[in-house]
Amino acid sequence: MITFATVWAWFTDPANWQGSDGVPTRTLQHLEYTFITLALALAVAVPVGAWVGHSGRMRWLVTGANAARAIPTLGLLFAVSMLVSPLFTSGLAFTVPSIAVLVLLAIPPLLSGTYAGIESVDPAARDAARGMGMSGWEVLTGVELPCAMPLFLSGLRSATLQVIATATIAASISLGGLGRYLIDGLASQDYVQMVAGSILVALLALVADLVLALLERFAVSPGISGRGQSVSRRRRLRLRRGRARDTAASVKNSTDAPLSADPA
Amino acid sequence: MIRFEGVTKKYGDGSGGESIAVNDLSLEAPTGRITVLVGPSGCGKTTTLRMVNRMIDPSSGVISIDGNDTAELPLAELRRGIGYVIQHAGLFPHRTVLDNVTTVPRLLGTDKKTARRRAMELIERVGLDPDLAKRYPAQLSGGQQQRVGVARALAADPPVMLMDEPFSAVDPVVREQLQNEFLRLQSELGKTILFVTHDIDEAVKLGDQVAVLRVGGTLAQLATPAQLLADPVDDFVAGFVGRDRGYRSLQFAEAPELELTNEPTVTIGTTASSVRAIGEPWVLCVGDDGEPMGWVRAAAVTSAVARDLLQRGGTVASTQGSLRELLDAALSSPSGRGVVADADGRFVGTIRASEVVPVIEARQQSVAAREDAAAAALHGEAAPA
Amino acid sequence: MTWALDHLDEIFSLAGQHAWLAGLPLLIGLVISIPLGWLATRKASLRTGLLTVTGLLYTIPSLALFILLPPLLGTKVLDPVNVIIAMSIYTIALLTRTVADGLAAVDTSTRQAAVAMGYSTFGRFRAVDLPLAIPVVAAGLRVAAVSNVSIVSVASLIGISQLGYFLTDGYARSFPTEVWVGIIACLLLALVFDLVIQLLARVLTPWTRVTA
Repeated sequence: MITFATVWAWFTDPANWQGSDGVPTRTLQHLEYTFITLALALAVAVPVGAWVGHSGRMRWLVTGANAARAIPTLGLLFAVSMLVSPLFTSGLAFTVPSIAVLVLLAIPPLLSGTYAGIESVDPAARDAARGMGMSGWEVLTGVELPCAMPLFLSGLRSATLQVIATATIAASISLGGLGRYLIDGLASQDYVQMVAGSILVALLALVADLVLALLERFAVSPGISGRGQSVSRRRRLRLRRGRARDTAASVKNSTDAPLSADPA
Repeated sequence: MIRFEGVTKKYGDGSGGESIAVNDLSLEAPTGRITVLVGPSGCGKTTTLRMVNRMIDPSSGVISIDGNDTAELPLAELRRGIGYVIQHAGLFPHRTVLDNVTTVPRLLGTDKKTARRRAMELIERVGLDPDLAKRYPAQLSGGQQQRVGVARALAADPPVMLMDEPFSAVDPVVREQLQNEFLRLQSELGKTILFVTHDIDEAVKLGDQVAVLRVGGTLAQLATPAQLLADPVDDFVAGFVGRDRGYRSLQFAEAPELELTNEPTVTIGTTASSVRAIGEPWVLCVGDDGEPMGWVRAAAVTSAVARDLLQRGGTVASTQGSLRELLDAALSSPSGRGVVADADGRFVGTIRASEVVPVIEARQQSVAAREDAAAAALHGEAAPA
Repeated sequence: MTWALDHLDEIFSLAGQHAWLAGLPLLIGLVISIPLGWLATRKASLRTGLLTVTGLLYTIPSLALFILLPPLLGTKVLDPVNVIIAMSIYTIALLTRTVADGLAAVDTSTRQAAVAMGYSTFGRFRAVDLPLAIPVVAAGLRVAAVSNVSIVSVASLIGISQLGYFLTDGYARSFPTEVWVGIIACLLLALVFDLVIQLLARVLTPWTRVTA
């Protein structure tokens, strides 16, 4: 029977906080996978997304990556694991396929976030930048990327949640991390452990999302986020910029480039 | 001087054919003057402008600035030496007003402190409150944003400015303010300006010379605003210049010394009996400094002249004003007598429309006579002696 | 291929189960998020509050939610109702923002004309705002549908039968064909959902197909 007391007992049992399957170790593992995955996915998605957004060429890359999101994550995880595992011996046989899938899943939100961010830069600002004699690189780094920050960061938030969630599921193909409590608990009918693990995963996801939300405060220019301005001022601004364009953009974004990831 | 020599811009239409945006354009924009490119949409005016800083490359022909072929200058150097102002200002939303203005000087390697000091001067010069320097573009009104756009273009003190419909996205009242300040600024700075607009009134108001382009990118007429209104070269230009151009052309006709009529005036508080003693149905009320305040209908004054009795409808012409101002003052005055004030705004006298019209007619005859004389002189030269 | 043909009956019955687990929450989610989205457009503070709460719900990983719901609701672990509720939560999390954005995007002059003609608040919402928001809402619904189909398959890890069964079973038996059949069946189902929603949106918004 699951009660608050049994779950509380699990959390207060010192045995669960020590050793190779203690909470600190599992949490650190989970974070480690998340960081490695995001670093690899960023290294691929940001340059590609920035280039597609800047040049306007090969948009099908973004469309394709978004369409690929329809592939069920669990299926992708199993399929890649079965294909890749035999190629590796030792512990890598479990980690490499999982990380590979996690990277694949993190790329679409990062790619479309970066692309949509750069795409959404006011054409007049871009035109003015070029007209003032900025090089393509200067326009990209000085104008486009800073203006793309909000959409890029929302892509990063989606990707992070996606990775944390999928890393949990990847415990079913022997990856470590917090997912082990869920999968091992299932195997041993230890339902208390499963619930405790679920709470930890949910907390980790919430904290990660909060941290990224805070990051947004520092990384986005107040001129774009509108912080520090009165609400009415922002309203007026939105009205002036023309609702038609906003609407078109939002329809387009949600059709072609859904920024939200599955919680897998 | 910006010089276009046989400049053409063609675009492929994707199926082997091509469309011509600008066709064999030759034009000079003289140094220190405002040259306005005007025409209906599709006339290639923006393309023409954007070929100067090579945002668009011409298909053929040469564009030179002060004798230097733009095609031979390094792109960044060319553009950094040309101020560029566009319709929606195109301010960088993530940078403060001050940082927007320092963009080009910083690109050119000016140190931050110097660039900022100069930017502050410019911000004030374009008529912005210095407190706005720390704001972001989103916190400014459209008119303020446009001023920042102008300040940003002026920041590196470029001799040449390109302006693409800079005032067309703001409301008419603000537009007029911006236009007036732009003219004041230009009288101080004397830049070589190429200015694109679709609004013929703006063209006539701002331009030292106006180039009217027709669809297909050919030059229909290049003339001073006065010539353009007085003598459109063909039906297209006449149609584009529009109605009322006879009347509008009067704004370029400086009024000669005219005999003004002395007008008895009253002030606020003048008693009804003194008003009636004047014996006119309408009397002019002036303020403490002699400035015209409005007309009062004598019959409406029951005890004394009060503010709420004033009719403020009439316009006031200046003694240095154009014939258009004088005529308008007369036509808009409820008494039929146009109010004229001196440079300090003090009332000097009135004039009737019937007095302005003979001046206009006399002027037309003298223009015609001059042209006849010029034509005769031409024939005289051409004829064998 | 032969394996798939031999197991057609099973594929269809699991697909039906899958469609039910992914589809019903779309309807539930839509019905709940329309009023929520409308509330979010009424007041800025409500909008922030609603979107924060739904956003937080969305961060909870699916497997964790499947496991956390039974003790919270008092249901059995194997009860499909957990999945229905979990998927409804995700759908609401996604659609509330979309509905709010869609309603906010209705042209101001259109809305003011409706007010001027004497529509009541609710009447205007039903007759003007909501129909005009359909394209945006449908786009959000498509995202939710595709996401739901993918997430439901995860429930096979805790033993709830749908197409995800092929994935776990194929993996457990080291039989790749079965895994691929599961993946393709999921993709096809997602495609069907996507087409149905697009078709419905088209039928409901004839004015968007008119060209001037």
